[in-house]
Amino acid sequence: MAENPTQNIHEYLAEFEDIPGTRVYTAQRARRGYWINQFAMSMMKPENRERFKKDERAYLDEWDISEEGKQALLRRDYNALLDLGGNVYYLSKLFSADGIPFAEACSTMTDMTWPEYRQMMLDGGRKPEGNRSIRENLAAAAAAAQKN
Amino acid sequence: MAKITAGVGSSHVPLLGVAVDQGKEKDDYFGPIFRGYDWTREWEKAEKPDVVVLVYNDHASYFDMNIVPTFAIGCGERFGICDEGWGPRPVPEVEGHPDLAWHIAQSLILDDFDMTIFNKLDVDHGLTVPLSMMFGQPEKWPCKVIPFAVNVVTYPVPSGNRCWAIGEAIKKAVESFPEDLNVQIWGTGGMSHQLQGPRAGLLNREWDNKFLDMLESDNDDVRHIPHIEYLRETGSEGIEMVMWLIMRGAMGKKVKTLHRHYHIPCSNTAIGHIVLEPAE
Repeated sequence: MAENPTQNIHEYLAEFEDIPGTRVYTAQRARRGYWINQFAMSMMKPENRERFKKDERAYLDEWDISEEGKQALLRRDYNALLDLGGNVYYLSKLFSADGIPFAEACSTMTDMTWPEYRQMMLDGGRKPEGNRSIRENLAAAAAAAQKN
Repeated sequence: MAKITAGVGSSHVPLLGVAVDQGKEKDDYFGPIFRGYDWTREWEKAEKPDVVVLVYNDHASYFDMNIVPTFAIGCGERFGICDEGWGPRPVPEVEGHPDLAWHIAQSLILDDFDMTIFNKLDVDHGLTVPLSMMFGQPEKWPCKVIPFAVNVVTYPVPSGNRCWAIGEAIKKAVESFPEDLNVQIWGTGGMSHQLQGPRAGLLNREWDNKFLDMLESDNDDVRHIPHIEYLRETGSEGIEMVMWLIMRGAMGKKVKTLHRHYHIPCSNTAIGHIVLEPAE
């Protein structure tokens, strides 16, 4: 059996932060967002959805979520929720409770409208070029600036 | 003796389940996706597997943040269908094969894989969508299913190398089961997709096809692709492709490709599908 050399955990995790526009669901985020995600799971039960819809704030106050997290949930600010440790598979229970398609919820995290995002997907999706590495993008921008 | 006779790789996008449940498989949007599965549906009717070891991931449906098993095997008699927030899919209950499942679990543990065992388990679209893609809408699924759940959500997820190795150990376990059984192993999820953040919507046709080429190859280079490459090249959820390596690891060194299909897009996702058989 081929063996991989043991990876350095710090290097392994640091690389994740170099991906543009992406929050990898690391243990650190999972710990921070524990109650946001467990709240989102509670949306799978119809009686909870009903109580939440009746008074969102009151329902959120039953959970050990920071004020910042509650505000982000009320605004449906999914990028802020990812920063606070939310995970999209958990948050998708809130998309369902709101009755919006998964892809539409994804579009709200980008700089596009839902019709623009849908068209991008039909046209083959977002290209990997220029979207792989923050470091590489900065280096390319610096090289271009020097040329000019 | 039981034998693994074939491996199937397939995406498991939830929207495909919706398309089946609402009879949209032939419309303009879904037609090109489902036509790529016509071959496999006919082939499965002839193959009649007794058991499918179905490698999938739960999408915060039955599992929550309380318990995060890296590799889990369903050893129960039957598995319910999750309500993922809009009612359970109208599909038959999934029947397990506890004798083979417990045999695989024991064999894997003796081979140094620290398995989590589920007796009660409800399964989500990760498992039921591939069943619908391969078998359509029968009243009862035509085979027994052993759910094999992999954590590909909370990092670190298992390495491609570890996934391949556990696939090899599953093959060994199946081949030491005394009953004559025709067993298939399916690896599901992927291909490229990112469902979160400003980079959502990333797809990578070229990389996905390179990955399919690597699965067809006699060498095992594919097992050494690091997580960061999946993440950069195929989006944050493209990491699900490590589950295909469990299937590939269970095929042995050489494989013959029986069928292959690729289509962009389905919702946010690139659809990939491959059928392999061991060739040694």
